[in-house]
Amino acid sequence: MDFIRNLGASTINYVSGMGNMALFLIKTLIYGFTPPLKVINLLKQIRFIGTQSIFLIALIGAFTGMVLSLQGYYTLNKVGSVAFLGPMVALSIIKELGPVLAGLMVTARAGSAITAEIGIMRISNQIDAIEMMGLNPFRYLVVPVFFAGIISLPLLTQIFDLIGIFGGYLVGVKMLGVGSGTYLGEIPNYLDMNDVLEGLYKSISFGVIISWVSCYKGYYTGTSGYGAEGVSKATTQSVVLSSAMILIWDYFMTALLF
Amino acid sequence: MIQVEDLHKSLSGKNVLRGVNLSVNKGEILVLIGMSGYGKSVLLKHIARLFRPDRGRVLIDDKDIGPLNSSELSEVRSRLGFLFQGGALFESMSVYDNVAFPLKEKLGLKKDEINERVLRELDQVGLSGAEDKYPTEISGGMQKRAALARVLVWQPEIILFDEPTTGLDPIIGHAILQLIEELHKNRNFTSIIVTHEFQRVFKIAHRAAMLHEGTIKALGSPDEILDSDDPIVRQFITGDTEGPISYR
Repeated sequence: MDFIRNLGASTINYVSGMGNMALFLIKTLIYGFTPPLKVINLLKQIRFIGTQSIFLIALIGAFTGMVLSLQGYYTLNKVGSVAFLGPMVALSIIKELGPVLAGLMVTARAGSAITAEIGIMRISNQIDAIEMMGLNPFRYLVVPVFFAGIISLPLLTQIFDLIGIFGGYLVGVKMLGVGSGTYLGEIPNYLDMNDVLEGLYKSISFGVIISWVSCYKGYYTGTSGYGAEGVSKATTQSVVLSSAMILIWDYFMTALLF
Repeated sequence: MIQVEDLHKSLSGKNVLRGVNLSVNKGEILVLIGMSGYGKSVLLKHIARLFRPDRGRVLIDDKDIGPLNSSELSEVRSRLGFLFQGGALFESMSVYDNVAFPLKEKLGLKKDEINERVLRELDQVGLSGAEDKYPTEISGGMQKRAALARVLVWQPEIILFDEPTTGLDPIIGHAILQLIEELHKNRNFTSIIVTHEFQRVFKIAHRAAMLHEGTIKALGSPDEILDSDDPIVRQFITGDTEGPISYR
């Protein structure tokens, strides 16, 4: 009997949690598309989510391209098709690895920090203080992060793609001896605008996921526990949920855009 | 001015408020005492409509604040101030910017007027010279005073104090209470003060109420509460570990 009761309670909690998350997104969109927009807060968030992530994205991009080139060369060489190294690296990065890895890196670096910051504001009553001033905390805390995520993720992904392809070039051309013209020249033959757009759409949607989940988890920190433990739990949940949602959503987007 | 009627609230499966009835008159200071975790702060948050009741209602000037839409609520809140337990200062802003924030964001005042009002309030709470400091750079007492300045700056008619002296040394705590008393004399706001340090706070209060097991157990003048024969009130006042209140 207890098992059924617990199962029922968990199901209700799960469904109401999903409903709350959906309502949170709707509220964010409503406040996001009605003035006033807090431009200074938005610029601060673009700086935090975007600008301050560039080094990490460049580093991960370079090594992803390099390892892809190394592994690709090994495989293509077996079938005598090393000429396809450039297109293989470029397509893999632009369509798949760029948006996904950039999304996961931003989740780890910025998403966790956003959840922790908003969570601390929640447990120290700073969000209540904003409400008590007759102001809307969504406009100050959530909407700027939401738009900063949507703006920053595609730009970071482009940086990841570019440096990833260049990393692949360094390994393929400079280390393994593939011709420079072959590596770069074959890319336009196999890469078209739809591939670039697929990566772009994915990165925008991942920007939505990261900002939505990280703000939601921070905003409702009190529901997952209290004090420092609550913030810690919320931050963990935020990173795990964002990462899982990125990977699951990536599959559906790929299937949809295939 | 404030009326609480049959307020019920349960949080995490626990019935925190079980039918609270309370009224506070205009210009009155009411002290709310009770055991930790018995819903004093929860009651304050209902009065500010930061929480919604499961049952019952809160009226401010005979107006039920439960069904108000966001613009009506914003209007009511412009008459309310809430001094949170930890101050709730924005850590990313200086003391000056914290106090200026509601004037700039809510009232949209001009820079000169904001500057004049902020400096006046900071002077009033004894924080002249600390404008550029950040909340993490100042003591707990200074944080409370800065938070009080932020509450006072838009001149609310009602101020809710959630443990204004908790965590402060006796001298600073006393100074904060003196400040509240002085400000009350000058501005005549209506106030509810939640505290455990009732002996000191009773000196500035008009009435006191004890919240116990989700209801108002006792209500009267501070002297009546101190002299109460009710065994629960008595035990709380004397701090005796033996009695009807179980602390385990």
